[in-house]
Amino acid sequence: MSTNGMTSWAVDLKDIGAIYPFQGTETALFVLGLIFWIGWHVWQAKIEKQEFADAERDFDAEHSGKSIKRY
Amino acid sequence: MGNNLDALTTVFTEFYYWVTVVFMFLIHVGFCMYEVGASRRRNHMHTLMKNTMVIPLVTITFYFFGWWIYWALPNGPGITGGLVDASANAANSPTMATHLGDRITGVFWAAFLLFSWTAASIVSGGAIERIRSSAFWIHAVLIGSVFWIIDASWGWHSGGWMVQLLGYHDAYASGVIHAIAGGYALGVLCVLGPRLGKFAADGTPRDIPPHNPWLVTIGIFLIYTGFWGFYAACNVPAISPEAIGGLITGETWTATNIYLSPTTLGAITFNFLMSLSGGMLAAYIISKGDSFWTYSGGLAGIIGASAGNDLYHPIQAMFIGAFVVVIVYKMHFWVERKFKIDDAVGAVAVHGYAGFLGVVIAGFMLWGQPSSPYADYAVITPWGQLAGAIIMFGVLGFLPAYLISKAMNSMGILRIPAKVEIEGLDHHSELAYQAAVADVIAAENAIAQKL
Repeated sequence: MSTNGMTSWAVDLKDIGAIYPFQGTETALFVLGLIFWIGWHVWQAKIEKQEFADAERDFDAEHSGKSIKRY
Repeated sequence: MGNNLDALTTVFTEFYYWVTVVFMFLIHVGFCMYEVGASRRRNHMHTLMKNTMVIPLVTITFYFFGWWIYWALPNGPGITGGLVDASANAANSPTMATHLGDRITGVFWAAFLLFSWTAASIVSGGAIERIRSSAFWIHAVLIGSVFWIIDASWGWHSGGWMVQLLGYHDAYASGVIHAIAGGYALGVLCVLGPRLGKFAADGTPRDIPPHNPWLVTIGIFLIYTGFWGFYAACNVPAISPEAIGGLITGETWTATNIYLSPTTLGAITFNFLMSLSGGMLAAYIISKGDSFWTYSGGLAGIIGASAGNDLYHPIQAMFIGAFVVVIVYKMHFWVERKFKIDDAVGAVAVHGYAGFLGVVIAGFMLWGQPSSPYADYAVITPWGQLAGAIIMFGVLGFLPAYLISKAMNSMGILRIPAKVEIEGLDHHSELAYQAAVADVIAAENAIAQKL
């Protein structure tokens, strides 16, 4: 048993193509990859929105003056 | 691999592109240093992360669909033909993976990918200190994995419709990368607006100096270094007339540009350095020795000559670089005053205006020369180049960026809140840092008391 179909390198390499495991799952991997990517954007946007809401709530003009002076 | 020469050529080409990718990584390091140096302390980490996350986001999307776009769209589609079958370059193709029958696709894909990072990074700089990272990262994917690669398919592909019909020639991507990214940045900036305090009440622009000019200039130095890889990656390193399959006769192997027209690494080495020098010399004079603009002028000089740097004489490249820099420097400040555009790092000028001019100038300098080794392609002309520059800067750069930014702005997801901008994007992480430092100091003091 081998996850990429290769059980030995006693072969002529010109006859060999793909050597990654679980060949045949490329399209499923692609779809999962797209979900991972879109999901990341959604998750990140939620985190950022909350971060900005907290920052606006905690806004303190005096503290901001110190931040501004740091340049 | 049919014989030893084929094998050697394949392995050499594989290694050649791989090395260009390593060099081009330095462009991104340089852009990050540059942006952080230009931003103020209260925004440093967000500025750094905004540009750094271009790497994973554009990489995965360029794998998922960007590479397929390049190979599928050279005909438009609908201009010189239909959609091309590019299934071998789709994300679910076995050759887009560990495959002993295809040793080139991975490194060629990566060379293009690093151009994608650059395109997104150019847009990043102009928008520092007020764009939401979430909004920028959507723009990064769009410019890096969609719009620039459409223009590459059209005008930076041996079979692209712009090359066939317009005779478009842009060997080292004045328009294909720089004009489109600069145009895209301008589209975003028009909607995003200036940083708070950038303009006085009467509209007079204020200079917002970089917090660390030293870091900015060293960042551009690194971009120069990475640019070597960029130039080399635009070439095919060694190919025979037979493999090109065009009009070239005889058996002399050559390096070619992306259109498979002959050039040499020697030519682009001459011209890279001479256009860099012309740009720096002109920028030093016009900016009265300002370090930021002198370094940026070096970049603009290269970008201004890049469209024809496969064919120019080095002294021509030097003068083109110098001329372009004078124009873009003047344009930057004119646009800033006239339209209240806050381009924080001069990205629109250095990349957009210089790239646009570079494409147009090549039309005059290379007028009548063949755009391709294949029969029945249009020759290079000023009007073909002007049309190409407008497509790059305006149609695929400015326009989509403006429309998408408008949509984001109407949903309130483009710009950070004013209070956050004043307090600084690093507000929370700075508080957490100070709290952690205070905690550690208190803990160590307590231990010291017991010793």
